[in-house]
Formats: sequence, structure tokens, C-alpha cells
Amino acid sequence: MADHTLDAKGLNCPLPILKAKKALKEVPTAGTLEILATDPGSVADFEAFCRQTGHELMEHSEDGGTYRFLIKKTA
Amino acid sequence: MSAEEKSMSIIVTKGSLDWAYPPFILATTAAAMGLPVTMFFTFYGLPLLLKDLKLQLTAAGNPAMKMPMMGGHMGLPNLLTAIPGVDAACSKMMKNLMNKKGVAPIEELRDLAIEAEVRLIACQMTMDLFEYSLDDMIEGPELGGAATYIEVATQSDINLFI
Repeated sequence: MADHTLDAKGLNCPLPILKAKKALKEVPTAGTLEILATDPGSVADFEAFCRQTGHELMEHSEDGGTYRFLIKKTA
Repeated sequence: MSAEEKSMSIIVTKGSLDWAYPPFILATTAAAMGLPVTMFFTFYGLPLLLKDLKLQLTAAGNPAMKMPMMGGHMGLPNLLTAIPGVDAACSKMMKNLMNKKGVAPIEELRDLAIEAEVRLIACQMTMDLFEYSLDDMIEGPELGGAATYIEVATQSDINLFI
């Protein structure tokens, strides 16, 4: 179970990333943020976001057009 | 790779609805990824700092502007784009489409840029040229000129001109 969940369904680039960045502020270090999105571009974007920021992309999956990401906050 | 070591600047030179998107999308995203970002607003980009945005696009001379419609994509012949009201109608159509597709309004991206502490510089020369004052602008922009921007650019890893 994630510490926080962000529903970014229906939002287009770059809103899922911007909202995730804001939501991460509410997550304690080493805590997790779950993000739900429908933007197919968010898959590559969350990978890049995590590589750049150092947060860990622990899981990502897709179910019926909804993408789920689980990010562990590293700092 | 440490994000803190990288920074970005963008020169914003265009203020139509369509051209307003790339600089604000890239600035907000870079800021979210930990980069200090500076935006320098000059010429037609300067009105993007006005309190009241009335962004429009122009269909004339834009052959790539095709709207999804009735299962296909429709553009406008140049001759029709000169009819009064066509730009306003196209702009409205584009805004409706953006809303439907979950694309943020420019006002929202601009607010997010300010919230993310993106540094906004309004070109002093353009302010004089088009007779704007800081009172016309949103809270936040500072005034600067070419030398101000060049100093920023020499310290930035990524410098874009849009």
C-alpha cells in the first residue's frame, strides 16, 4: 500500500509529472507514491523523471488503458 | 547524475496560443525535475506575462494546423483564414479540444511555473517598445535586457530559443 495516491487520469503531458512532483512533497523520505494515469506518454516520462531526480520507479503496469506507477521517494 | 548540477534557460519570443505551450511545458517540467529554470520574455512572447491572457492562434499560413473532425483531419484554405472571426473560432475550437484532451490551459502552466520558482525576466526594451508597464503583468517577473539574459545563458546547461 502506497503512502500516497495521485489520480492523474485524463490529464495530458506535462500535468501527470507536475502533479507527481507536487504530491511527492507530501510523501516522507523512503515513502511511496502511487500514480494512476491514462496518458500513454507518461510511461517514458516517469522513467525519465525518476532517472533524473533519483527517485526510484519501483513498479509500473497497465490495466485497461490505466497506467499505474509506484515511486519511492529517495530524498 | 545529479539534477542540481543542470540548469535551463528559455528565450520566449512568440505569444500565440500554440506557441505559448512549448516554453511553459518545458519550463515547468524541467523545474519539476530539479533544474533551476529562467524564462526570458521578449517581443511577442512578452504578452504571455500579462495578467489577462486572451491567447489566439492564426490559421493563415499554417498548413500543418489540421483539427480532428468527423473522423478525419480538417485544415482551412488560406483564403478563408482572412475572414473576420475565423481565428477566434479556430482558437475556441482548439481550446475546447485541449480541454477535452486534458491539456492544461496556459494560465495553469504559468501558475505552476511561478509556484516552481521559475525565474521570469521581462525584456525591458520590449516593455518600452509595446508600451507595457509591470502593472500590466502578473506578480513575479523582473526586468532585464540582453546582458541579463546572456549572464543567465553562460550559467545554464541548456539554452532554448522558442
